[in-house]
Amino acid sequence: MGGWPQGLWGIVALSLEVSLAATFLACAIGLPLAGLIAVGDFSGRRTLIVVLNSLLGVPSVVVGLCVYLLLSRAGPLGPLGILFSASAIVIAQTLLCLPLVTALAREFLEESWGVLREQLTSLGVSRARAVPTLLWDTRFALLTVVLAGFGRAVSEVGAVMIVGGNIDGVTRVMTTAIALETSKGDLPLALWLGAILLSIVLALNAGAYGIREWSRRRNG
Amino acid sequence: MASAAIFPLEARGVSVSLGGHAALCDVDLAIDARRRVVVLGANGAGKSVLLRTLHGLIQPSAGSILWAGSTERPRAQAMVFQRPVMLRRSALANVRYALAVNGISGAELECRAREVLARVGLAKLADRQALVLSGGEQQRLALARAWALEPAVLFLDEPTASLDPAAAAEVERVILEIHEAGAAIVMTTHNLGQAKRIADQIVFLHAGRVREQTSAADFFAKTSSPEKSRFLEAELP
Repeated sequence: MGGWPQGLWGIVALSLEVSLAATFLACAIGLPLAGLIAVGDFSGRRTLIVVLNSLLGVPSVVVGLCVYLLLSRAGPLGPLGILFSASAIVIAQTLLCLPLVTALAREFLEESWGVLREQLTSLGVSRARAVPTLLWDTRFALLTVVLAGFGRAVSEVGAVMIVGGNIDGVTRVMTTAIALETSKGDLPLALWLGAILLSIVLALNAGAYGIREWSRRRNG
Repeated sequence: MASAAIFPLEARGVSVSLGGHAALCDVDLAIDARRRVVVLGANGAGKSVLLRTLHGLIQPSAGSILWAGSTERPRAQAMVFQRPVMLRRSALANVRYALAVNGISGAELECRAREVLARVGLAKLADRQALVLSGGEQQRLALARAWALEPAVLFLDEPTASLDPAAAAEVERVILEIHEAGAAIVMTTHNLGQAKRIADQIVFLHAGRVREQTSAADFFAKTSSPEKSRFLEAELP
């Protein structure tokens, strides 16, 4: 694979930056939303869950296209002027992560609510107040959800290519660079990026596994 | 301990239907302050449903629960379940949480939390994760959490059902201490020896109906119905 190809670390840094930002936003919105759905007792709840689960299967290029239309000059958010920028990538990745984070977290939180519901109600805890309690109580299980969200964000190609444009030094991330360099025949850079991407995902999963095991030993 | 102004606790014509099944039928009963009421009955008689309905966890499909004549559910009540439900945090934090959600904060919260843990014999385990405590310790922690709220009435749903005799005796001791501190006790159990030790009043349920509400002495001395006879003969050692 040779030495470090030029521009490698810039691409890696931008990838991590936009993916972490998207994961953070998706979790900030998705985890409380999942909690409200898990403890909620409102009409349309089942429909909402079905829609949420269906969104998991939406092709990323479709999300990319929608964000492109929103951010393009003639689109409703066109005046922001952020198409083909890192911000556009963050928006697209957040929209891709959000259904995944919300749907997976709802499963964990609903299970926990089933166990804690009577006790919390008995203590006088309202449904809304129960959400942060459930989020804290399932924090180690939710690590898996956060990781799944990050995995989805960092491995995204189609939507990122559409809204970011794969501009060198501006919006080129690991996945779009791998696609480009492979098509150009520059396999060393593509291989380096692929190896780094895999290492990041592996390290994060190992870390999350370690934390879960530590939690199991400590908390039972 | 909260005042007795919320008594009597009454069920008037209470019926509960769960999944199309009549779990309670036209239940009438009254509980006064500082009583020790044990609800007896075979499996499926409706004991747990009755406790949950009195506590407000289940809404009656007919009739009403009245606290000193009012349908407003007071906060001065707590419930301990057969299987203690612990939050994923320390023993002390579990008690702190219950106090915090009930509007108690600062020095009073800390003081009350540590005091009840000491009373149930868990002071040394205050910082231990609640989920790694033994079954008996968890049940005492559940009692401490309930006690910290200074309830005027404490509901207990078979609190010793899954405990060994030593742990059960310790839990019984704590229950009686909570009563001594001023709380009325409303408890279900299958253990007739325990019912005799704890109860001053017995409510006997059969097929969702109250068949008898009488003093503990009368309940065990007199035979009033075939259902009760069968229940006592099958249950007594």
